[in-house]
Amino acid sequence: MINLTIIDRDGGSRSVEIPEGINLSLMEVLKASEYDILATCGGMALCATCHVQVIEGPEEYFTATDTELDVLDTLPYAPPASRLACQIRITEDMDGMVFKLVGEE
Amino acid sequence: MEHITTDICIIGAGPVGLFAVFEAGLLKMRCHLIDVLPQVGGQLSEIYPHKPIYDIPGYPDVTAQQLVDNLMLQIAPFHPTFSLGERVENLQRNEDGSYNIITNDGTVVHCQVVVIAGGLGCFEPRKPEIDRLTDFEGKGVAYMVKNPEHFRDKKVVLAGGGDSALDWAVFLSNVAERVTLVHRGDTFRGAPDSAEKVFDLAREGKIDLILKSNVVALTGDDRLREITLLDRDQQVSHIEADHLIPLFGLSPKLGPIADWGLNIDRSAIAVNTVDYSTNIERIYAIGDINTYLGKLKLILCGFHESALMAQSAFKYVFPEQKLSFKYTTVYGVSAF
Repeated sequence: MINLTIIDRDGGSRSVEIPEGINLSLMEVLKASEYDILATCGGMALCATCHVQVIEGPEEYFTATDTELDVLDTLPYAPPASRLACQIRITEDMDGMVFKLVGEE
Repeated sequence: MEHITTDICIIGAGPVGLFAVFEAGLLKMRCHLIDVLPQVGGQLSEIYPHKPIYDIPGYPDVTAQQLVDNLMLQIAPFHPTFSLGERVENLQRNEDGSYNIITNDGTVVHCQVVVIAGGLGCFEPRKPEIDRLTDFEGKGVAYMVKNPEHFRDKKVVLAGGGDSALDWAVFLSNVAERVTLVHRGDTFRGAPDSAEKVFDLAREGKIDLILKSNVVALTGDDRLREITLLDRDQQVSHIEADHLIPLFGLSPKLGPIADWGLNIDRSAIAVNTVDYSTNIERIYAIGDINTYLGKLKLILCGFHESALMAQSAFKYVFPEQKLSFKYTTVYGVSAF
């Protein structure tokens, strides 16, 4: 299992367990785990409503891709290590990572 | 104030709202559509017009905007009417069961049936966290440029780093007394051409470009006078301003519909899957805005919901008539 810790907008945190080998994005996992995450565009990196911040994890996850930066740049607030959850594929090396929800409810 | 009388008032002119016009039209019911956006198409036109969609029956692929354009052609025979750029504010139930829908512009739509096809809700400007921002709405703060002349010879501050912020900074540099563009980053990822123009105008002294900074507070009296900025090094500065235009895109909100007494479940309207009616008689909810066991947020599911809604709504529009189901392959599309 891959264990992630998700810090909600109110500061509370809980763990999410994800079976290995599933082909999902972090956004899809968060939606399936009943987090209030809009994901308006359905995962096309267009709306920024699945905005998260990487708190802990491997270094490569702290940097947004160009596709994400195009969208993150249009936001009034994007903290360091901002990512779009729809652009993060779940892989085994994510075990133990901590994300914080930043996007709108 | 505009008064419109129709059979069905559809709130939301996205693909599902548009297709509802077709299904209603087949049953000789007239439709009026209201949308907060200035154009039809909802999310498809606003967010991803050029993206291909692959799960519309009969289309191996179709771009979002092509689908919207085709839906407009498909419903043209039924002559729907539109109030675009208006937000639905109030719902009044009349003694005979009909409704009056009232928009923020004062348009009144009298109808027998209300269909909410609002997708994820109204797309409203994304508001940044700025101290006293809402105090100055209409008194210097605006979230869009409706009439550039409004800013002639004024000190205008734009905030944002997307295409809208870049385009309006360039345009208003020829209109306003002074244009300042504030962006939290130091690069622009809008259209490279627009970004280059902004940097050129800044070099020529026609735009004040303030990078790596955010607008954090507003001050004034009866209207906006000054803007407080905070840069990445936590240094505070102030600039005079008559107008602030934050341009950070749109975000969906349920809006006033949330206060109509409908059963709401996690920002969606609970419906009966027999006909997609809500808990309030004569009000239906179709498409992404509704929720039920097994709900799939797909355009094609919304189309299905439109058809069942129209069959059910018929009894309110034509209470004296008996509905008989007809295939379009047999009877064609008989317009009004």
